Amino acid sequence: MSKIGVFVCHCGENISSTVDCEKVAATVGKYDGVAFSVDYKYMCSDPGQSIIKNAIAEKGLTGVVVAACSPRMHEPTFRKVCAEAGLNPYMCEMANLREHCSWVHEKGEATTEKAIDLVRILVEKVKYNQSLNSIKVPVTKTALVIGGGIAGIQASLDIANTGHKVILIEKDPSIGGHMSQLSETFPTLDCSQCILTPRMVEVAQHPNITLYTYAELESLEGFIGNFKAKIRKKSKSLDEKLCTGCGLCTTKCPTKKIPSEFNEGLGNRTAIYVPFPQAVPNKPVIDRIHCTYYTKGKCKICEKVCPTGAIRFDQEDQIVEVEVGAIVVATGFAVKRPDFFPEYGYGKYADVITGLQFERLASASGPTLGEIRRPSDGKIPEKIVFLACAGSRDPAKGIPYCSKICCMYIAKHAMLYQHKVHSGKSYVFYMDIRAGGKMYEEFVRRAIEDDGVNYIRGRVSKIYEKNGKLIVSGVDTLLNAMPVEIEADMVVLATAGVANEGAEELAQKLHISYDPYKFFAEAHPKLKPVETNTGGIFLAGSCQAPRDIPESVAMASGAAVKVAGLFSQDELTREPIIAVVNRQAAPVYSSCVGCFLCVSACPYQAIEKEEIKNRTGDLIKSIAKVNPGLCQGCGTCVAFCRTKSIDIQGYTHEQMYSEVMALLNEY
Amino acid sequence: MAEFEPKIVAFVCNWCTYAGADLTGTSRIKYASNVRIIRFPCTGRIDYMLLLKSFDEGADGIIVSGCHPNDCHYTSGNFHARRRWIMFRSLCDFIGIDTERIKFSWVSAAEGAKWADIVNSTVASIRAKGPYTDYKKVAKYPEKEVNHG
Repeated sequence: MSKIGVFVCHCGENISSTVDCEKVAATVGKYDGVAFSVDYKYMCSDPGQSIIKNAIAEKGLTGVVVAACSPRMHEPTFRKVCAEAGLNPYMCEMANLREHCSWVHEKGEATTEKAIDLVRILVEKVKYNQSLNSIKVPVTKTALVIGGGIAGIQASLDIANTGHKVILIEKDPSIGGHMSQLSETFPTLDCSQCILTPRMVEVAQHPNITLYTYAELESLEGFIGNFKAKIRKKSKSLDEKLCTGCGLCTTKCPTKKIPSEFNEGLGNRTAIYVPFPQAVPNKPVIDRIHCTYYTKGKCKICEKVCPTGAIRFDQEDQIVEVEVGAIVVATGFAVKRPDFFPEYGYGKYADVITGLQFERLASASGPTLGEIRRPSDGKIPEKIVFLACAGSRDPAKGIPYCSKICCMYIAKHAMLYQHKVHSGKSYVFYMDIRAGGKMYEEFVRRAIEDDGVNYIRGRVSKIYEKNGKLIVSGVDTLLNAMPVEIEADMVVLATAGVANEGAEELAQKLHISYDPYKFFAEAHPKLKPVETNTGGIFLAGSCQAPRDIPESVAMASGAAVKVAGLFSQDELTREPIIAVVNRQAAPVYSSCVGCFLCVSACPYQAIEKEEIKNRTGDLIKSIAKVNPGLCQGCGTCVAFCRTKSIDIQGYTHEQMYSEVMALLNEY
Repeated sequence: MAEFEPKIVAFVCNWCTYAGADLTGTSRIKYASNVRIIRFPCTGRIDYMLLLKSFDEGADGIIVSGCHPNDCHYTSGNFHARRRWIMFRSLCDFIGIDTERIKFSWVSAAEGAKWADIVNSTVASIRAKGPYTDYKKVAKYPEKEVNHG
């Protein structure tokens, strides 16, 4: 006979404000097999945990149901409590009274009834729980970092400095990411390249880091501690061992008019190119879409001029297979192309540009060598307008969130402009100034007070050209929505930060979740900001949400510590939620008839054939056998099995059917 | 007479819909209290005999919900669930089980509001249909024996 203890948590008032917790405990206490039931204000607190431990010891409980928050929150906590009290941790289940009941229903009889039902189904389930032992798996102490922007660089260096191997992959020809494109950084006005490029070099030279640029994740298999990744090294048409990076090929290449990605289209590059002078590695790649040889079949000038004979026109993509124990995803973000604002004239007027383009204009390594010159005619703009929230906080455009970095970079842009064009006038149209962060508000005040940037609170409805000027037409909401028109020479749009193209595909390869905007989802918004719901995969930087540099770096270091923590163990314990094939006494051996439908259903190739032989070695029967190291516990095989011979621990047939029956039978 | 309150069982996967329903809670979105969630590791684990068992035990409606196609934590469990559902649905149609009482949906971990919508719309449609007493006419079991549990 089961002796089950039920522990109903008030969660302060989170549960008890709509659910009558005392009634739940009292009602459930009368059920068959329930030996103890109690309610308490904070079951997860130290005294709450003691109540559970004491009850297990005093009442000799065989199973525990904690009716509290989501098991996704506290199941590990309460399982540990049971283990400490000597009860097998897998004899503990949680009823979700908070997220699935008290928070989503009004106070009343029906809500308490539902709470009682939720507890009852778990009481019935726990009667069929079995003692299970965790599975030990080895750890491959190498990390894979995806994305070589500042977050990926920081994570790679931090992990490498703990003494573990790192494989860093970057889809572009050079690491550096968006940060390498920036001019100065807020709030210190440090030169972005000056603080970033030493880090890039450190990555390239670090003995523990293997760097693959122009490479992408092809596929991923496995699980925490034991991933197998395939990396596609896209062909650079170059033998990197022979190339010295002299750059002769890039100066001789005849195809010179390709818009440079690094300069956001404000400058040109050649078909064989290094994205920027400080690139790491500083070796070129051939852009096959634009290269004359690949498009027209002849040229090969780069091959002729190369002093070391490093050009390889017939080079193919290479697939590299690596084994890693943990993954840090740091794939960054993209800037929403402002084409979807026809009213702002981006694409129509050359002098309406994005914030990232302005960074290139302001950068000493940019197309104008740091002089603010407008793209149309190269003149220095005398009046410049910055538009905050171009896309952000605009539900109508599908981006209700705040892109977070724009308020700060607009202040920086306006400041840089004022420093470079002393006679110039700058205007900022904004909704709110969001400058939360150390020294951030002070920085914005400096732009307004010391550098004389004109901040206008209001939106812009239209930008149009008239007599060679861009007329920015908006309102000033602090002056009773008075219409404002500014005749500008240049307009900068602070376009929304959005998820990378292909973010969804990558999430599917990694089996991690993502939000409606395709940013990757953290495991818990407050307490697990760098973890994902998939063990061993961590997030850093703005692939998770728009982030500034300090936050990206902090996240990367956080993720690196998580990886280092994982690698500090020689063996990991995994939940024993895996499939098993039943075994019975001879002459049946198992109810499995050996149809092996499960083998074809298993997404992990975790099921193999087992031959049962007699003493003389004659084959008696072939049955299925689950490899516990490979099984991930999805249970697809269970639903496939025609003879109900395979079952999944923790979600067995008995458990699931008893849940259904407990739920609907009148007690 | 008080309004009919249907009994609805939801079979959901741990990784998407269960987490999505958690998000509904975290976001404090209110919805009808008729649904009881049963957690599975994956929709691929759901043996559809459980659906029949639910009707047999007196459920008026059922929700089956998991990860969107391609988003399955286990790669392909939701595809198996979908295929099985297509077969199961035609079988139900054939033997006369009302498939409109089974709602099959995808709710991701980020779709808290969608979960509330699905629960509310399912409760409304089942309420309009009334109690599923006809199931007993379709499934003729011998007298039921003692209650388990």
